[in-house]
Amino acid sequence: MKNLFEIIISSLTNQNIALIYILGMCPLIAISTNVKNAKGMGIAVVFVVTLTGIINWPIYMLLKSTGTTQLSLLVFIITIAATVQFLEMFLAKFIPKLYNSFGIFLPLITVNCVVLAVSLFFVNREYSFLETAAFSFGSSLGWLLAIVLLAGIRQKMAKYSNPPKGLAGKGIVFIILGILSLAFIGFTGLSLF
Amino acid sequence: MKLIRLKYTKWFNISKDGIAKNNPIVVAVLGICSALAVTNKVENAIAMGLGVTFVIMGSSLVISLIRNHIPPGVRMVTYMVVISTFVISVQSFLQAFFPIIAKALGAYVGLIITNCIVMGRQEAFAVKNPVKYSIIDGFASGMGYTFVLICVALVREFLAFGTILNYQIASASWQNWVVMAMAPGGFFVLGLFIWGIRELIKYYETTESAS
Repeated sequence: MKNLFEIIISSLTNQNIALIYILGMCPLIAISTNVKNAKGMGIAVVFVVTLTGIINWPIYMLLKSTGTTQLSLLVFIITIAATVQFLEMFLAKFIPKLYNSFGIFLPLITVNCVVLAVSLFFVNREYSFLETAAFSFGSSLGWLLAIVLLAGIRQKMAKYSNPPKGLAGKGIVFIILGILSLAFIGFTGLSLF
Repeated sequence: MKLIRLKYTKWFNISKDGIAKNNPIVVAVLGICSALAVTNKVENAIAMGLGVTFVIMGSSLVISLIRNHIPPGVRMVTYMVVISTFVISVQSFLQAFFPIIAKALGAYVGLIITNCIVMGRQEAFAVKNPVKYSIIDGFASGMGYTFVLICVALVREFLAFGTILNYQIASASWQNWVVMAMAPGGFFVLGLFIWGIRELIKYYETTESAS
């Protein structure tokens, strides 16, 4: 239990998937112009990543037992695409309110590297099922944290600051991300117990 | 004669677009994840760049061959399957012949699948154009990407380890700037690099409106 908690906290802070492992950058940069959209995208990511992490683990075990782990990439990506498609149809049919709030972000998630990365990381780190669930949830929550933080800063910056012409728009985002990432590295060595 | 010249210009234009004018990283800001994560060493950057180039060219070829037979509804899934086939071959190749680089790149080789550049070229170019142009376009985009990766990696490896391609360049008194090998260094260097290139090619984004 302690281990699971540790995994969640560390993937939120010093192993943050967006700011330390630098994953999921395209949507992070594209959708972080205002906090509302950022939150919608982040929550959609939390749903999808947690779900696909949980689904991909048993599938990987199946591949392992049949000795076809080379195919894992192909299988993972198909699982992810199918899950996203399914989630989209399910939400549209049964929970239209939720669908309206973040349904538009769902198709974008298939190409979000976070989803695939979580599946590849649990393979590399040989996590057990519960650890995988905790890791998927924690990482996606960490991504949500990163995108909301970034969007908050960008929203304020768009109003009050005046960056050089060549840096304006997406260029300055890298500098913000660099500073955020420095701050998150500060969590290294954090120990809770 | 005129026909040949016309053809030449088209080939030339596609390549120029991919490498300079529409450079996937600098102008479109796509495919950043791998551009940042693997650029702490030049050798990793070269391996990644060539891998991505190969995957773009291969999947452009296949997609462009079957472009008239793909039903629009399952377009994305088709791209995914084709792309991941090529990525798996790159991964196996690296593991067999360059195990050290394969280990350093780790999960990021697999993540070529979700590299937006690859997907973007299929959707924007290969699915609409004949095979030969698609391959050129894939090659150009891949080279543009590799070029940025190597430039960023040169700066980062020098600052972080005092070496380039593992040869000691800096003098013995050089203090390693460790943060350059980690995420923040990547962000700063790539940010400054984009700034520099955009000033050079005079590409400016209009200031986004706070919506």
